[in-house]
Amino acid sequence: MGYPHPSHPKETVVLSQYFGDAGARTYDGWVERGGYAALRKALGMTREALIEEVKASGLRGRGGAGFPTGLKWSFMPKEVVRPHYLVCNADESEPGTFKDREIMRWTPHALIEGCAVAAYAIGAERCYIYIRGEFTEPWRIMSAAVEEAYARGGLGGNALGSGKRVDIVLHRGAGAYICGEETAMMNSLEGKRGNPRIKPPFPAVSGVFGMPTTINNVETLAAVPHIINRGAAWYKSLCLGNPKSTGTKLISICGHIQRPGNYEVTMGTPLKEILYDMAGGPRPGRTIKAVIPGGSSVPIMTRDEAEAALFDYEGIVEKGSMLGSAGLIVMDDTTDMVYQIWRLARFYAHESCAQCTQCREGTAWTTKVLERILAGKGKQADFQLLLDLSENMTGKTICVLSDSCAAPVVSGIQKFRSEFEAYMAGSREPAMAAV
Amino acid sequence: MSSQANPTVTHGGHDVPHQPVFVGETLARLEALYPKYPTKMACLLPALWMVQEARGWISEPAINEVAEVLELTPAYVKGVVTFYTMYHTHPVGRHFIQVCTTSPCNICGAEDVVKALLQATGCGELGATSPDGRFTVIEVECLGACGFPTPILIDDDFIESVTPASVPGLLQRYA
Repeated sequence: MGYPHPSHPKETVVLSQYFGDAGARTYDGWVERGGYAALRKALGMTREALIEEVKASGLRGRGGAGFPTGLKWSFMPKEVVRPHYLVCNADESEPGTFKDREIMRWTPHALIEGCAVAAYAIGAERCYIYIRGEFTEPWRIMSAAVEEAYARGGLGGNALGSGKRVDIVLHRGAGAYICGEETAMMNSLEGKRGNPRIKPPFPAVSGVFGMPTTINNVETLAAVPHIINRGAAWYKSLCLGNPKSTGTKLISICGHIQRPGNYEVTMGTPLKEILYDMAGGPRPGRTIKAVIPGGSSVPIMTRDEAEAALFDYEGIVEKGSMLGSAGLIVMDDTTDMVYQIWRLARFYAHESCAQCTQCREGTAWTTKVLERILAGKGKQADFQLLLDLSENMTGKTICVLSDSCAAPVVSGIQKFRSEFEAYMAGSREPAMAAV
Repeated sequence: MSSQANPTVTHGGHDVPHQPVFVGETLARLEALYPKYPTKMACLLPALWMVQEARGWISEPAINEVAEVLELTPAYVKGVVTFYTMYHTHPVGRHFIQVCTTSPCNICGAEDVVKALLQATGCGELGATSPDGRFTVIEVECLGACGFPTPILIDDDFIESVTPASVPGLLQRYA
């Protein structure tokens, strides 16, 4: 199917097969489409066998970090002496990313099924799905689906008649980008301010409520039932040459592009095909200037870098950026790069939880220096100042929010320096008044 | 710990006594959540949502009430309330409009949508409430619908692909 566009022939449609198909939203509709067979099968397997299957598939975390999912699950204690928890990260807030939203809107039972399989695999009887507060529509659809899954016996004390307990609780966020960071999410779930925690201890040792916890992204969990149904070998075979990146990936494309939306591709697909064949390329008469490939937190790519990249974890790194959440932000030749880098810095300054000095001060001062440049008051020395601030924001804080602020600034100065210089030299009209 | 002796809420310039939120059906809804979490504190975000749903915003007396119900201190609850941007700590218009202006929407014209909304609602500036008390408009960071610029939230209605031209028609549905 595909939403908002019909699936393109170059897509590999697995998770997005029923996007746009409202009939898939109900329990019966999901069962008719093959749903809950994976959960039934999983509940009949041992925990160890399930973890091995997911390990063998090569599935890696789809939230941004790309950590191997089966390996993450295997960190959970073998014996369940204290309650184990699964937390599903549905706090999708990374600018440029809107794929988890479509999974929840169109295939809520795919997520429920994935959560139930994963919960069982890690020895948890309860899964919390943390949905960002702004996602009012996914919340309504997920609430109805969870209620129906309980009513139909898919969840609860005797899930699918297996004698095993699987509970799912939906938890609503309240507006904080940082709560998408896994340790901040655990604090938020506990009823605290969403400040990230220092690791170690890692969540598998002491996570939410101090108990062993695994946190997985929506897309990761939604992929699990397909692996259980069709086997690890099948999933691993979805790969165009690089065995470290397997399976399919949902890509969100937005910005200056003809057909924005979600696309699902086999790992390793050339980025050029995604941009031009699937998403239709730039607007008529325009050319692409820059692409941010992994949500706003990764280095900006030039058009040449983007067009030469293979779209998987390693392929994007090879061209100087990161796959991240696979939210592609496309900017054409009308874009004022300095203004947009400022807008990104402002985002991170607004979303900083402010517990680490480098982040609290660094994101705010980066924003102010960029405002000075945009006001036509910038100096050559501001380049070094911005790079020094970025250096202090990289690898020195509890979480990576400030690293994410530094990524577009550093790559922007490297790749689009002349645009900054035009403001400094006065050859470009100031974009804002001096503060 | 107890609430203030005479808790009052300033609303529209008039001081009105705080009516407890957690009574009857609302209290029952909160209590139904307790078994889903190992601590009462974990019900804080849901409880704050219930207050905002009932009262439109979260006042100091409401913070005291939540603290008492969940066995927390008012200072603790206030610390949490102020961390999350979706909780209102002052009264807002009958309809609360959140416009995404983060980069992907920004390059697709979100700033013009903001201007159109400020003009059509009569709010004049971001964060202000229109003189008729009908609307408050704020700018928010990424709403997670970047492929459908510009997304806005009016109360709990998520609306995609808003343009300056579509603004006046949209607002008619919100009396």
